Amino acid sequence: MNIAGLKRYMPLLKELIRRDVKIKYRRSFLGFLWSVLNPLGTMVILTIVFSTVFRQSIENFSVYLMCGQLIFNFFNEATSMSMSSIVGNAGLITKVYVPKYFFPISRVCSSFVNLLTSFVALVIVIVVTRTPVSWTVIFAIFPVLYVLLFSIGIGMVLSAVTVSFRDMMHLYGVVVTALMYLTPIFYPMDMLKNADVSYARYAYAIVSANPITKYVQMLRCTVLDQQIPSIQDHLDCLLPCVIALVLGAVVFKKLQDKFILRL
Amino acid sequence: MNEQDVIVEVNDVSMMFRLYKEKVNDLKNFVIKKIKRELSYHEFYALKHISFQVRRGESFGMVGVNGSGKSTLLKIIAGVMKPTEGNVQIHGTVAPMIELGAGFDFDLTARENVFLNGAILGYDKHMLEEKFDEIIQFAELEKFVDVPIKNFSSGMITRLGFSIATIEKPDILIVDEILAVGDFRFQEKCEERINSMLDSGTTLLLVSHNMDQVKRLCKNGILLSHGENLVCGPMEEVCEQYENL
Repeated sequence: MNIAGLKRYMPLLKELIRRDVKIKYRRSFLGFLWSVLNPLGTMVILTIVFSTVFRQSIENFSVYLMCGQLIFNFFNEATSMSMSSIVGNAGLITKVYVPKYFFPISRVCSSFVNLLTSFVALVIVIVVTRTPVSWTVIFAIFPVLYVLLFSIGIGMVLSAVTVSFRDMMHLYGVVVTALMYLTPIFYPMDMLKNADVSYARYAYAIVSANPITKYVQMLRCTVLDQQIPSIQDHLDCLLPCVIALVLGAVVFKKLQDKFILRL
Repeated sequence: MNEQDVIVEVNDVSMMFRLYKEKVNDLKNFVIKKIKRELSYHEFYALKHISFQVRRGESFGMVGVNGSGKSTLLKIIAGVMKPTEGNVQIHGTVAPMIELGAGFDFDLTARENVFLNGAILGYDKHMLEEKFDEIIQFAELEKFVDVPIKNFSSGMITRLGFSIATIEKPDILIVDEILAVGDFRFQEKCEERINSMLDSGTTLLLVSHNMDQVKRLCKNGILLSHGENLVCGPMEEVCEQYENL
């Protein structure tokens, strides 16, 4: 893909994102408001269910939960949507030449628009629970960008692989569920660290190694702890992004010419 | 012949498809079959060593019976597929009309689809905004601009697709049997527009089963049969061969 081609097709990326965003809430009465109401509703339910369990260890459970939920739900939505993007646009891909990597990227980006809207829900929770925040909250932009890059990479791998192995669509649902429990969304990390059971040590290692854990923790660091993430934190977050993007680009490039034969 | 004049160059193009006895789309069956060495397929050549050149401003017809490889060849020229062997050189912008309205989103309105489809074809947004009224007018859809196109008839969708694809004068226009759709009046309108494009120097690649139309529009052409080049030359000769096939 050369630069001239990229410039020519840039408007297409915009149009694809616009379409996805438009279609999502078309014909629903509340429309875009759902991007705010959905995380709020889930938050209320999870708070009621879990706050008694983790009351001692997590102060300000609602904000803690909301941070984890926003990041994880974005990752889930973005990757699941981009997974079906190539298969779903088969009619177009087999008829007109378009840069194919636009499809997974546009799906991730339209989910990203959704994520930005959902941040209103976080603001509402912060205001309602009278959580003190400081200027460090500006740094929240970093984990959000990191998870965006990470999702683009993973989304490209998934969309390319799914063309040949449709099993991915069913398998990925299970993977996401596992990933959800391996991300400290509603439980504290200390719970695993201090647990008496022997396998908790392994669980702690896996959860710590999970890239999404890092993004969630960085977001909490800026919002709840009112701290600036260290350079080390940034590097820890960036590494998985780079790996995912390189992997995505390589796998996609290798498989894209075969798409048309398998769609 | 001047080198500069050649706008489409097809060099020894072959296209091979693997025809699997059954389609293996999932991991489980793939692994099982791979281990059992049951992944048998035979190689099917849809195109065999096709070579020809089209000069700037020329109109070039492709004829042949169903399954002779015409559409595959057009898709390769349009860049949708990569040939197994050989290569295609294109010197200019291409407007592919392999299927009109490919990429329309049926939940979006006609207005929104003009911009989406325009972007798919690589058109500039300002140009689309400027010529929006002209597009709608040509497609005769003034009353339905803000209606989702899932409520459109197939003729309306075809008209909109043709109107968008031909709004800008491309260097190369690729047309695959699409003129067979739409009513008689609109077909005439389409042909008129194609003719005016030809007059202003556009190169046309046309696939059609309508011999009169091919003879009327094209000067040179190629006859394909089972992926092989039978005749390539003046359209009259090509059509004569085709009729004697």
